[in-house]
Amino acid sequence: MFRRIRALIVKELLAILNDPKSRAILVVLPLVQLGVFPFAATFEVDSIRIAVWNPDGGVASRDLVARFAGAPVFHPVVAIDGRPAIEAALPAREADLVIVIDQRFSADVAAGRPAAIQLLVDGSNSNTALVTLSYAREIVRDHAAAIGPDPPARLATRALYNPNLESAWFILPGLLGILTTIASLAVTAFSVAREKETGTFQQLLVTPLRPAEILVGKMVPGLVIGLAQGAVIVAVMHGVYGVPLAGSLALLAGALAVFLTSVIGIGLAVSAIARTQQQALFGAFLFTVPMVILSGFATPVENMPGWIRTLTLGNPLRWFMEIARGVVLKDLPPAAVLNLTWPMALIAVVTLTVAALVFRRRAG
Amino acid sequence: MSRAAARRLSALVGKESRQILRDPSSIAIAFVLPAILLFIFGYGVSLDAEGVPVAVVVEQPSPQADSLAAAFAGSPSFDPVYPLHRTPAQRLLRLGEVRAVVVVPASFEADLARGDAAVQVLLDGTDANTARIVSGYADGVLSGWLADLARERGARTAPVIEAESRIWFNPAVRSRNFLIPGLVAIVMTLTGALLTSLLVAREYDRGTIETLMATPAGVGEILAGKVVPTFLLGMASMGLSVAMAVWLFDVPLRGSFLVLAGASALFLTAALGLGLVISAATKDQFVAGQLAILVTFLPAFLLSGFIFNIDAMPPAIQAVSHLVAARYFIAIAQTVFLVGTEWSVILPNAAALAVMGVAFLGLARALLVKRLG
Amino acid sequence: MSGAGLVLDGLTRRFGAAVALDGLSVRIADGGIVGLVGPDGAGKSTLMRLVAGLLRPDAGRVTLDGRDCATEAEALRTAIAYMPQSRGLWTDLSVIENLRLIADLRGVPAGERSARIERMLDSTGLAPFRDRLAGRLSGGMAQKAALACALIRPPRLVLLDEPSVGVDPISRRELWALVRELAGDGVPVLWSTAYLDEAERCDRVLLLDRGRLIGDGAPGDFTGALEDRCLRLTVARDRRLSAQARAARDPALVDAVLRGGHLDLVLAEDAPAPDAAALAPDDPQARIEPRAPRFEDAFVAALAAARRPAAPASSPAPSDDGPPRAGAPRPAARERDGGEALAVDRLVKRFGDFTAVDGVSFSVGRGEIFGLIGPNGAGKSTIFKMLCGLLPPSDGAARVAGIALRDSPAAARGRIGYMAQAFSLYGRLSVRRNLDFFAGAYGLPRAEARRRRDRALAEFGLAEVAGSRAGALPPGYRQRLSLAAALMHDPEILFLDEPTSGVDPPTRREFWLRIAAMADRGVTVMVTTHFLDEADYCDRLAVIYRGRLLALETPDALKAGAATAERPEPDVEDAFVALIEESDRRAAGGRSAA
Repeated sequence: MFRRIRALIVKELLAILNDPKSRAILVVLPLVQLGVFPFAATFEVDSIRIAVWNPDGGVASRDLVARFAGAPVFHPVVAIDGRPAIEAALPAREADLVIVIDQRFSADVAAGRPAAIQLLVDGSNSNTALVTLSYAREIVRDHAAAIGPDPPARLATRALYNPNLESAWFILPGLLGILTTIASLAVTAFSVAREKETGTFQQLLVTPLRPAEILVGKMVPGLVIGLAQGAVIVAVMHGVYGVPLAGSLALLAGALAVFLTSVIGIGLAVSAIARTQQQALFGAFLFTVPMVILSGFATPVENMPGWIRTLTLGNPLRWFMEIARGVVLKDLPPAAVLNLTWPMALIAVVTLTVAALVFRRRAG
Repeated sequence: MSRAAARRLSALVGKESRQILRDPSSIAIAFVLPAILLFIFGYGVSLDAEGVPVAVVVEQPSPQADSLAAAFAGSPSFDPVYPLHRTPAQRLLRLGEVRAVVVVPASFEADLARGDAAVQVLLDGTDANTARIVSGYADGVLSGWLADLARERGARTAPVIEAESRIWFNPAVRSRNFLIPGLVAIVMTLTGALLTSLLVAREYDRGTIETLMATPAGVGEILAGKVVPTFLLGMASMGLSVAMAVWLFDVPLRGSFLVLAGASALFLTAALGLGLVISAATKDQFVAGQLAILVTFLPAFLLSGFIFNIDAMPPAIQAVSHLVAARYFIAIAQTVFLVGTEWSVILPNAAALAVMGVAFLGLARALLVKRLG
Repeated sequence: MSGAGLVLDGLTRRFGAAVALDGLSVRIADGGIVGLVGPDGAGKSTLMRLVAGLLRPDAGRVTLDGRDCATEAEALRTAIAYMPQSRGLWTDLSVIENLRLIADLRGVPAGERSARIERMLDSTGLAPFRDRLAGRLSGGMAQKAALACALIRPPRLVLLDEPSVGVDPISRRELWALVRELAGDGVPVLWSTAYLDEAERCDRVLLLDRGRLIGDGAPGDFTGALEDRCLRLTVARDRRLSAQARAARDPALVDAVLRGGHLDLVLAEDAPAPDAAALAPDDPQARIEPRAPRFEDAFVAALAAARRPAAPASSPAPSDDGPPRAGAPRPAARERDGGEALAVDRLVKRFGDFTAVDGVSFSVGRGEIFGLIGPNGAGKSTIFKMLCGLLPPSDGAARVAGIALRDSPAAARGRIGYMAQAFSLYGRLSVRRNLDFFAGAYGLPRAEARRRRDRALAEFGLAEVAGSRAGALPPGYRQRLSLAAALMHDPEILFLDEPTSGVDPPTRREFWLRIAAMADRGVTVMVTTHFLDEADYCDRLAVIYRGRLLALETPDALKAGAATAERPEPDVEDAFVALIEESDRRAAGGRSAA
């Protein structure tokens, strides 16, 4: 039995790796993504364009504007004049933030009266709007502090695990989950569908290989390719992007294997149902996209409403995302990793069972 | 167009329409996946952090320290727990159960009296974005508490600058108002580019390309036959998305629907054109499909301003984003939905889309010759 | 050079370094069917595509009625009806949708469209299937539908690229009649084929080899030239392979091919007839008689003449000691001992209301070559699939290699080899890797697997292509590889499902030589085929029709049973058609009586 399965596995791997086009896709696709994602997938806000209307002209207001202009995230700072210009700046996307300074601003400051300014933000990108506002408020607070006495208390803030708050550190361990998902799912989803289209499936079925053996033979290549790709991603993450590897690599590899097994179950079920390669491609896609979005990769799972959070419990990528980030950045203890791994194992059992049932029905 | 050509074109359009409608996977890609995406983005995905779990450790209870700790509980931004010591709090941080640890030191009361108190905030830096937001929230809580303290004591404080903020176009700062208009571009990319990328390749895979070439139908007619039904399908899934956005998710549509539809048509043309280029160049379904994901779907997700802010990307990647049609369409869609029919935004972006559409269709036309080998 | 009709003038086309057509000049002015005959790689499809304007020539030109097929391709589209080898039907459209589409594309006037389509449906007998998806049609029906599409607008020239591949003999006869009926008077039809018995029915034959024209004339001209050169050696069954090997080495003979109990010989020009005793020294009963030439004889003779002095490229490597050995050697060669290899008892398969196989019983002896013949959809493939354990029977029993199929299909599968109709090995893998895989899939130990693989590479002449991708091999090599793969585990029974479909004649006969050698070693061979001249290679034939067994005879008995006054010497195909027609008549009679 072992010999038969091994023959099948070797054949599957060679069929994928011998073809220049598939090989290119398996190598180039993740490399391009590794090169672009960490830079593109950022929520940082930079180059906030400001339009200022300052009818006051006093020292306090000019200092405030200068403080905005001096902050690296605000660029450029343009002076405008009059209400109509204000009304036009945001709709035309000429500025992201409009600051309107009260006419009596400097006088009020000097007199110790509350002085007023108005911050108008383009809210069409809600994330950018909130971040912009918080930056602006910080500047305003700093300005107030600078011209008044020191406050009696301050925050001493320090970020653990990622001291410079680099987005790439957050994105890259997530990519480990996503890229290996795409590769393993595509490889397994296409494997049976392609044999059906080219007619080799019948030839396979007349050999003494049992359906369960064929299933195992189709599973392992996806696993091997996923793990190999994972190793490359971890190497690039550490070697090129300088992300520290705080936790145990063995722990990470073990969790990755369990995770990939659950994904491969989905791929096999899709493959058993699909009659053509188009159906295999779209079927795999139909699963991949929601899995990625509901994984916490770009937006935290805890921000999602209750019922969707419940839904994410069935998403293996959500669990692996947490493991990958935890192990890579925080040196998550083994017990905690185990706690996050068993749900994936459970999902794997379910997906593989479904795949086996579908496969048995379609192949019989 | 001659009558014979018109008949050929309508026959080809009929053929492609039937083929698309007969494959359940085309329908899944054109309507089921868009609906799933809209539901997820409409209900599920939010960039707004509310009730962030934090651990507040008061090392030595005192009236002021307790008052500050209570201020964290009083803020809608935080959902604090109160471990007694630093160590269990840091453990919670490591396990990801809290996003930050706030430590009010034992000497807080005395330091505060001296005017030099420091409250330690340890952030979970893994998610840099959330960390920054949490840091801002914590700053706000402390400033508010300090202002209250000053008022209580009647002390002279720093001059108060009242920064009144107004958020235009999306006053409640709802993520879905920002995400769903962009999602329309993603949805149209699915039918426009992904489905289309298989259409020419399939004729090669199945050998029917020879039959087509041996008829008097011209390359333009063959391509038009493929473009028209996928265009209609793409517009239909756009209509579905806009309807769901407006009626199900209450995203305001402030501008003209006709303008949005016009821009969609331009975008769809560019996406279809690119799909056809991929299809005609690869002549192989597997490769075409994977390539379409790489050069259309992923860029529409990443490099278009759909979720991620293009301005914050490095210059090289910003330059690449100019080649992504979705970028221009998303700028139009967000404007038409949330701002209104603002021609100064719409016109230049629409012009870019038109140029791309013409270029891609022309390229596809040039790539497909009525000859084998 | 211009003029009426199709004119090829010095036509040359290369693909990279390979020359597909090499300065071909020919003129076809009259109507009728012109057969384009030649081995794989002769340039038949390239010629069709050049005429259809789908390829451009590297040198020379093609003109139709004086118009250049390359530069005026678009103008000639409606004048030329072209049916590609792949059929080119849209499998996800129905028959009528395919017809309507092509009618509109080819500019059939709107007013005539429905009448024209109805006529096509009636002529092809596809009217009851008009709403069926083209992908669900049987091979014969699909070919007819493709033909109807190609001819939907009356053309000036018809190009049919291997229209009869995978089509059963009955449908093939109908296809011929259809083409003659639909093409119209004075319209030339260029029909490429690998079926040499079809060539005999053409009005004119163009014989192509390696891009050159090596024969042009009426079929009778070809066979007439061989009138006195064709002989038949009758020899004992167990001596025929050694006789064939001796004949192959005899310079006086250009061809020696096994057909049933006989060895058919073709003499070289002006060579004296050989002595039966010289070819079969150990069989005193052996005798040589003259026989009527077939087109195949002319074909082989012409190829041999064109390729002299080089030996025919795809004929088996001559071996010094008897016939080529097939498959892996086994400790003790199994004998044709009359033992039972396979038994089928009242086998039934139902799909819903439809009974595909209706109580078929037969048994096959060890070492027998057993042929299943029947029209498309008769139930042959279903029987095959049940015997290979791919489909569970609805009723009845089958024992394969002594194992009851119902009890342990996987164990039974380990004892059989299966070669599918289409090339179904892994095209992306190398030849060697394909063999490795099948050795492994059958669970051979590693060392044993390697030994058998190396032996198979040597015996099947695959050593020089061992590292090439299987998908890139020429058809002859692919077929040998398929057979080698099916034999890796030394099966007791070999199932061959239309093994020679789409394979050229030289490769086909080499294939049968190997099969005969294997049967001699005790391997039982089950085969289906549409080439009824190949049925002669079988020991016994089962004729299947509408799921039932119509006849079970030796080829000679089958032929003898169909002999009539006007056709004293029918071939297997004649006998087969007669049987089917008789069955239809009886069924019709039964219905009208009831």
